[in-house]
Amino acid sequence: MKKKPLKERLLQGNEAVVEGSLSAGCRFFAGYPITPATEIAEQLSVRLPQVDGTFIQMEDEIASLGAVIGASLAGVKSMTATSGPGFSLMQENLGFAIIAEVPCVVVNAMRGGPSTGLPTSPSQSDVMQSRWGTHGDHPIIVLCPSTVRECFDLTIRAFNYSEKYRIPVILLIDEVVAHMREKIIIPDDEDIEIVNRVRPTMPPEWYIPYEDTPRGVPAMADFGEGYRYHVTGLTHDVRGFPTSRPDEVDPFIRRLFRKVSQNFADLQIGEHFHVDDADVAIIAYGCVARSAKRAVSDCREKGIKAGMLKLNTIWPFMRTDVEKVLRQAKVVIVPEMNMGQISREVKRVNKGEAKVFTINRVDGTIITPQEIMARIKEVY
Amino acid sequence: MGDITKLIHHYLRHDKKFPHVWCPGCGIGIILGALIRAVDHKGYEKDEIVLVSGIGCTGRLPVYVDFNTLHTTHGRALTFATGMKLAKPRLKVIVVMGDGDAVAIGGNHFIHAARRNIDLTAIIVNNSVYGMTGGQYSPTTPYGMKTATSVYSNVEHSFSMSELAVTAGAVFVGRGTVYHAKLLESLMEKAFQKVGFSVVEIISHCHTQYGRMNRMGSAVEMMEWQRDHAVTMEKAAQMKEEDLKGKFRIGVLIDRDLPPYQDEYERVRRWSKGVGGE
Repeated sequence: MKKKPLKERLLQGNEAVVEGSLSAGCRFFAGYPITPATEIAEQLSVRLPQVDGTFIQMEDEIASLGAVIGASLAGVKSMTATSGPGFSLMQENLGFAIIAEVPCVVVNAMRGGPSTGLPTSPSQSDVMQSRWGTHGDHPIIVLCPSTVRECFDLTIRAFNYSEKYRIPVILLIDEVVAHMREKIIIPDDEDIEIVNRVRPTMPPEWYIPYEDTPRGVPAMADFGEGYRYHVTGLTHDVRGFPTSRPDEVDPFIRRLFRKVSQNFADLQIGEHFHVDDADVAIIAYGCVARSAKRAVSDCREKGIKAGMLKLNTIWPFMRTDVEKVLRQAKVVIVPEMNMGQISREVKRVNKGEAKVFTINRVDGTIITPQEIMARIKEVY
Repeated sequence: MGDITKLIHHYLRHDKKFPHVWCPGCGIGIILGALIRAVDHKGYEKDEIVLVSGIGCTGRLPVYVDFNTLHTTHGRALTFATGMKLAKPRLKVIVVMGDGDAVAIGGNHFIHAARRNIDLTAIIVNNSVYGMTGGQYSPTTPYGMKTATSVYSNVEHSFSMSELAVTAGAVFVGRGTVYHAKLLESLMEKAFQKVGFSVVEIISHCHTQYGRMNRMGSAVEMMEWQRDHAVTMEKAAQMKEEDLKGKFRIGVLIDRDLPPYQDEYERVRRWSKGVGGE
């Protein structure tokens, strides 16, 4: 067998997102310039036209996500990328994509906030906004890479999940990972699993666009293919027409939740690093997981049984894995670059099995392995 | 079957969605009729038409029509339509909006869709008020009028969305009224035919809110007001500026040819592949 040349590249996190999106089949990007996500737009403005895709720079982030949803309804995999202030503007149409079940990917390269905040400094303070930023009760899927390779892989996963579950998926990157460069080997196309939305195969007159199915995910017709149907941001019946009947609204909202909740197992991505026998466990994500990994290795060298659970899936919260860690470890430390957004979740699922400590940093600088080591010494 | 009945059966989701939400006497019914007749005259297939709307009374229009229909968020219809058109240029995209939807909350999108010359038609129902929420003043409520949020008097000045569209780069802009139903139909046909960003502004009435608060009478009386205050472009050209005060022009404000965005972007695609050599 002839060995293929490795696609070895030195890439920035944002560039890996671009490569991942193109591999996943993204052919439409609408965005608005913002630090630290701009590289994604710049590169896609070069790459998308080369593959007969479309790049457009819109007048703001509201318009960007609107255009992305429009393109997705036309049948084209679509993405936008932004940072905190733009992500705030996108909350409106994010809710639309959720209720109308339009697949799309939103990249949020997190910077310090609130408001204009710290444009060029890292932060992880949009964890809760990514969960609850748009109004109304809703499910969401949020993924968080901590390496450049994960930027590539999780972008593809984000597209796959969004297509599979007809839901917007948010890729939450922090500024460190977005701008960091690492060597990655880009897999061959045939080694990448690509999921496409299920399209209706029945004749148009039989098509029920928002019909409940065992998976909870209805087939999705592209606009302009003979399946004329109605898409609305109002609560709707199975035909897509607005309804406020309690007996139609309730099953609809519950189905939106069910399509995510009954697939928790499929949605949990994480890394267990020496955590199975750990007395001291660190639960981390994004760039902080890199420091945590180093701290764990240093601890192990010193004979401290430390370990790390890295969360790549932020939402839905990896409850099962976290509970296992809480049962095993005596002490759990949650370092994060916010005032305690994931630690709050960890404490919520902790049934008094472990002591949960936090490290919080909100000054726009990263949490170092030394800081984590110091905290371990302090509490263990 | 009469011709109108045939049109109704062919284009409306008559078995699913009626009765409609609009007040008796609302101008939107006449506008919907004109839209359907214009589509029918042009001979478009229902499958190729995408009808997009935002929020408000006019935002409810698409649900009644058997096209690909998309009811988006308030003010954002043009952004969804932009993505739809660029992702699938063979689709005929028509956007219907009210005045608040198009030029208040959606004002920025309106300007930029016109500037980019996205190939779609924006039909804007201008009834000078937010009807659905109970009659609050909008950017097109004239100075001095009463609304639910200007009970003393409106102290803001209105602006003309059609003139704005011309300045922003639309290739076709027409203005009509609900009273001039035949003109409306022909303006829509011209707009649909035009390649690029086309606008049809329709002066309509909200007798339920705006008319009631300003003692303008019934729907019929408000339509008579439209008749008495509309001046054709041809006639206006002969009139003095002071005689035109308080009146508005109807007809074709501009009709020009500029390359639409999708054609320009096709050039970008060629450049990106190193071909085309322009």
